[in-house]
Amino acid sequence: MTEVIHLQKLVKDYGPLRAVDGIDLSVQKGEVFAFLGPNGAGKTTTVEILEGLRPRTSGTVRVLGLDPWTENKKLIHRLGVIPQDFKFFEKIHPREAITFYAGLFGKKVDADSILKQVQLEDKATDWYEKLSGGQKQKMGLALALVNEPELLFLDEPTTGLDPQARRSIWEVIRSLKSEGRSVFLTTHYLEEAQLLADRVCIINHGKIAALGTPEDIIQEHGKGEVLSLQAAPRLAEYLRTKVDLPVRSENHTVDVELSTNADILRVLNLVEQSGIPWTGVSTRRDTLEDVFIRLVGKTTESGDLGGAGSGGLK
Amino acid sequence: MNPRRIFLNLSVFAKGYLRSRVGLFFALVFPIILILLFGAIFSNSSSTTVDVYVQNQDHNSAMSLRFLEAINSTKAINLHFVSPSVGNLSKWLGANDLSDGLVIPAGFQSDYYNKTPVVLTVITNPEQTSTSGIVSGVVQGVANQFNLQRANGTQILSIQPENLPTLGGQSFQYIDYLVPGLIGFSILTSPMFSMVNISSEYKKEKLFRQLSLTPLTKAEWLTSTIIWYILLTVISTGIMVAVGQGAFGAKVTLSPLMLPFLILGPILFTSLGLLAGSVSKDPETAAVIGNIITFPMMFLSGTFFPVSLFPGWLATVAHVLPLFYVIDGLNAAMLYGNVAVTLTDTAVVGVLAVIFFAAAVRVFQWRET
Ligand SMILES: Nc1ncnc2c1ncn2[C@@H]1O[C@H](COP(=O)(O)OP(=O)(O)O)[C@@H](O)[C@H]1O
Ligand SMILES: [Mg+2]
Repeated sequence: MTEVIHLQKLVKDYGPLRAVDGIDLSVQKGEVFAFLGPNGAGKTTTVEILEGLRPRTSGTVRVLGLDPWTENKKLIHRLGVIPQDFKFFEKIHPREAITFYAGLFGKKVDADSILKQVQLEDKATDWYEKLSGGQKQKMGLALALVNEPELLFLDEPTTGLDPQARRSIWEVIRSLKSEGRSVFLTTHYLEEAQLLADRVCIINHGKIAALGTPEDIIQEHGKGEVLSLQAAPRLAEYLRTKVDLPVRSENHTVDVELSTNADILRVLNLVEQSGIPWTGVSTRRDTLEDVFIRLVGKTTESGDLGGAGSGGLK
Repeated sequence: MNPRRIFLNLSVFAKGYLRSRVGLFFALVFPIILILLFGAIFSNSSSTTVDVYVQNQDHNSAMSLRFLEAINSTKAINLHFVSPSVGNLSKWLGANDLSDGLVIPAGFQSDYYNKTPVVLTVITNPEQTSTSGIVSGVVQGVANQFNLQRANGTQILSIQPENLPTLGGQSFQYIDYLVPGLIGFSILTSPMFSMVNISSEYKKEKLFRQLSLTPLTKAEWLTSTIIWYILLTVISTGIMVAVGQGAFGAKVTLSPLMLPFLILGPILFTSLGLLAGSVSKDPETAAVIGNIITFPMMFLSGTFFPVSLFPGWLATVAHVLPLFYVIDGLNAAMLYGNVAVTLTDTAVVGVLAVIFFAAAVRVFQWRET
């Protein structure tokens, strides 16, 4: 296999702030690689260093065998990029934008077929400023495709989009993979990472917290069975005083991590004794989300998933 | 530099510019409004004639009489002669409750022939702005013609205004100066105001970052925007000359000598606008910096009033402003047909354009460092 991205001991400081703190990773050709982390984890900083938009403080960076900062003009021909908060000229419409962009790369493209590929054909002649968030993002994706890149960087391509727009972007990412292109995706949606990525890297405070296939990560960092109940948070408070198992409460769901099968009966008995009303009981294994919360929650002192990070979890 | 990319960016830039319309107003419509406005104001006031009291201390020499005859022929001024024996003309005017006067100094004729500088004293009443403007303007204009005839435009005759002189002079006629002045005005303002804004907005909106992800280079981007402002300048120059000639009979000629200024001017000010916009941390600061650069230059470079009417220190200030050389060159090209002056001014503007272009390409960063 060929390596398309190689990072070794990557460090990036913004003044006194260390945004990226020694990252090592390697992405293979044809892989969809998801970079997952709460806001402020250092995802964008890392991606921008890979795209050649930012210099690094130290470490080794190779993208398609090139140094992205110094060899950026060589590299861009082979990259497709949607930066975080993609923006374009307000009074240009998608078809013009694609023709312009392709022309800069010295490519002749069929703008309409690219628009179709990203499902934007009905907005081909609407000015960029008139497009919705999802349509803007699709236009960004269309631009990233004009030069038939080997490697794409998509920095939170679906943040803030409605489910339908999100799904159509996922579809494009899947088709890119099937064409053998490599995709480096950042997201704070776990679902997205789990659905699309061959491998996931969970990053927090500029450091890698877990790396591997979703299954590997769950295996390595997950903790057995979880009992879930729909109940008020005070049930969680009650249970915490009675058992020494980890208890979480979120969105009217109380999760109890079980160590042995016998714990199920014990917990349910306690629930009954509490007299607190509940509905819908189920048990499940840890998902990537549980692992993410544990890993990211563990490293934040307040334990609240690093503030905005939790906002992205649905 | 790749011409295809420059052309592509030019067409996208032009589309954005034309579709937003604001820039177009400033580039094409605004200078015309100014021409109409200023032209109307000053062509009205020059229809009245003003009484001017002349004290000829050069013993009615032939040259002094020719000079006065030229003033008389403008029909804007009624000359009355005052004997040198009354002494100080200012005092005499004051004593007789009169306002405007002109002193031709002794030695006028011989100094003029020998190309020795001569100072003409023009006395005006600062409260009567309209008449004092006409008097100093007409005398200035005639003096300019005499300078041209004798010394190819080098200053022999100069005007010494007395009693707070008012700016607002006319040469041949005010409108003749106004056309090149306002062409200079639009060469300055149309790229400056929009480039300062565009470059700081692009930076804030990360549009430069987006372009840096393509093979387009900074120099290509700047070049294509410059080409756009050159096009605008050429169009607006044509319109302004047409309006000046059509509406006010301005005696300006279209000359190929103007071309260097219509090209180098936009290079200079587009680059300067980009510099100002890209060193500022946000669009608000950029607007302030842009105004600090633009406004003094806009008024002090001879746009609305010929620099020759400025008091000495202000004229010195004007000579350090790049726009001064653009307008001075345009005046030389369009009014006097003075090749030597156009060439010197072209050289000055050319050197500045190269410096500012290079500085803009260097200082301006697409990528954050
Ligand atoms: N240009 C910058 N200057 C200073 N600090 C920055 C800059 N960009 C990002 N940071 C900081 O670096 C950290 C990582 O940010 P970022 O890479 O954007 O994270 P993410 O994309 O994971 O949300 C954050 O604390 C952020 O505030
Ligand atoms: Mg980010």
